Amino acid sequence: MSTTLEPPGAGMIEPRSIHGQAVRRGDRIFRSASLAAGIVILAIIVSIGIFLIWRAIPSLQANSANFFTSSAWFPDHTPPAFGIAALTFGTLFTAAIAMVLAVPVGIGIALFIAQYADRRLASSLGFVTDLLAAVPSIIFGMWGLSFLTPHMEGVGRWLNDYLGFIPIFRNDLNQYSKSILIAGVVLAIMILPTISALSREVLTQVPSSTIEASLALGATRWEMVRQAMFPFARPGMISASMLGLGRALGETIAVALILSASNDINWHISEPGGNTFAANIALKWNEATPIGLSALIASGLVLFAITLVVNTIARGIITRHAEFREGS
Amino acid sequence: MFTSRAIRVLAIAVLGGSVLAACGTDSGGGSASSSAAGIAGQACVAGSIKASGSTAQKNAIAAWVNAYQTACGAGSTIDYQATGSGAGIQDFINKQTAFAGSDSPLKDADHAKANAMCAAGPALDIPMVGGAVVLAYNLAGVDKLVLPTTVIAGIYANTITMWNDPAIIAANPGVTLPTATIAAFHRSDSSGTTDNFTKYLKTAAASNWTYDSGKEWAAPGGQGAKGSDGMANAVAATANSIAYMELSFAQNAKLAVASVDNGGGAIVPSPETAAATISSATVTGTGNDLSLSIDYTTTTGYPIVLVTYEITCEKGGDPANVPLTKAFLTYTSSDEGQGKLTAIGYVPITGDLLTKVRTSVSSISG
Repeated sequence: MSTTLEPPGAGMIEPRSIHGQAVRRGDRIFRSASLAAGIVILAIIVSIGIFLIWRAIPSLQANSANFFTSSAWFPDHTPPAFGIAALTFGTLFTAAIAMVLAVPVGIGIALFIAQYADRRLASSLGFVTDLLAAVPSIIFGMWGLSFLTPHMEGVGRWLNDYLGFIPIFRNDLNQYSKSILIAGVVLAIMILPTISALSREVLTQVPSSTIEASLALGATRWEMVRQAMFPFARPGMISASMLGLGRALGETIAVALILSASNDINWHISEPGGNTFAANIALKWNEATPIGLSALIASGLVLFAITLVVNTIARGIITRHAEFREGS
Repeated sequence: MFTSRAIRVLAIAVLGGSVLAACGTDSGGGSASSSAAGIAGQACVAGSIKASGSTAQKNAIAAWVNAYQTACGAGSTIDYQATGSGAGIQDFINKQTAFAGSDSPLKDADHAKANAMCAAGPALDIPMVGGAVVLAYNLAGVDKLVLPTTVIAGIYANTITMWNDPAIIAANPGVTLPTATIAAFHRSDSSGTTDNFTKYLKTAAASNWTYDSGKEWAAPGGQGAKGSDGMANAVAATANSIAYMELSFAQNAKLAVASVDNGGGAIVPSPETAAATISSATVTGTGNDLSLSIDYTTTTGYPIVLVTYEITCEKGGDPANVPLTKAFLTYTSSDEGQGKLTAIGYVPITGDLLTKVRTSVSSISG
């Protein structure tokens, strides 16, 4: 910054610091400031973890059911009985449906904007997808409940009639509302802008020399995308998907409105049922007794742990791919 | 929806205020000062108190607070936060509020803590607002439906799953019931309405309902919906559905409600039939504590009722709060105060029980 403002003659002083014999005060201040910022982030994460553990202990000690394998949620009973099996199932299952639907579409949108659309269309499309990210989640919830639910009945029936031989698509109850499928679809729409906006960024950063080289070697548009763009952009697209997954795992009010919130493990995705950690906390918080509150915090701790694990796995994948790319 | 309800409450409060002013002049017998700055025959008390708790009695308290402040001016401030019963009781025990609103009387552990907080006297459960839990349904062409208690238990325990079940047909001669699956909605959030509804099922239909009662729904099957408004919307939007909710929500959403047969014939839910059940409840509290035990097996009143309480110290409350708390509760338990409840979908306390409530309120002292 300073070099661009100084007259050319003043640049003579610059090499001193490059040779390293004198470290400037500004460098030192900046270094400690960024170190402090890094430490603060770590300290916040650790203290959230400690807080959750500390507040969760009373209910975990009083719990009469197995916390990990029980599906019940009755922290107010004597003795309290609650477990996270159904919550874990519902959280992972809705998020998985959301990912299956949103990742291909999100990357497709990004690819279209980066490669196929003409400039004017691309910028307005990008604007519209970014706008989707600004819609509050309660709006998605209300939309999902009052508009999408009636329309998903046909989808559920079709899945049952034609794909019913696959157990997860079967519907034995002949009721199609309030299902994990509907929640998954709404979550997919909610995480779409995250995935497509970040993927678009990395896809537009693919060096044009790489793209031109591929095309010059006779590759078609699709071959170029597959062979030149995807390998470069893959780590970025994976981290975009992981950010989307994080939002899907933690989404609260939209899911609380849509799901039936019954604490059972039901593999039939179009039947009413299912519950997630975040939705359960939102639904039970208001009327919770001290033990109930502590139980909810214990479930929050598990969600915290799941999110950490998911992010760690994502980091691992990104690092592996990054090394692979540099090696090749 | 919320806005329209708020406007209604406001309108009722304003109307009520003007009616009250007129009443005051009549009963005051020429005492100009008391009619100008009094409410329900008592003088206004200035001050500012906080209260919190039950969401179920939120609209009743809002109407009362509006009426009180309309009559007494801005010098008397009652700030009620509908945070939920559990949080309200905790706030009260932590000395944050003058009284708590609760869907159920204090449990023993909380009662001990509240008594310790009050120091000089016990904490009182004072029943103040009643409610009726109705079964709203959506069945094309069926405008009159009778459900015996055992059938209600069967529907919610998932043992009766079709509308043309023989048990439902037997209770509704001459009514054409569709060959359709019953979409039975329960609350997906933690709720005092669920607590009261399942207590009724557990008591009145013990052999058909084998699950626990409580704020969390314990039976398998059915579908969950969030909040009473969510329940009302779900019934309105879903054909062949049924849901339990407080009377006011069914009235506001213009839903058909079922009559309940507890063995003595069908009883239509209304503030009057529900008030009959509440006034015949047994007092289980000691002294001026009026914890109630409701007779869910009654055949003379509408059986699915709930009572919400105000919880405060009989003695030993914060001296700054006691005068206004006592004055406000005296007003809410007056004929004028209770008279406001029916119009906004609640059930008034009546008869001997109301006399006991007034005795209990008059025992409050610093």
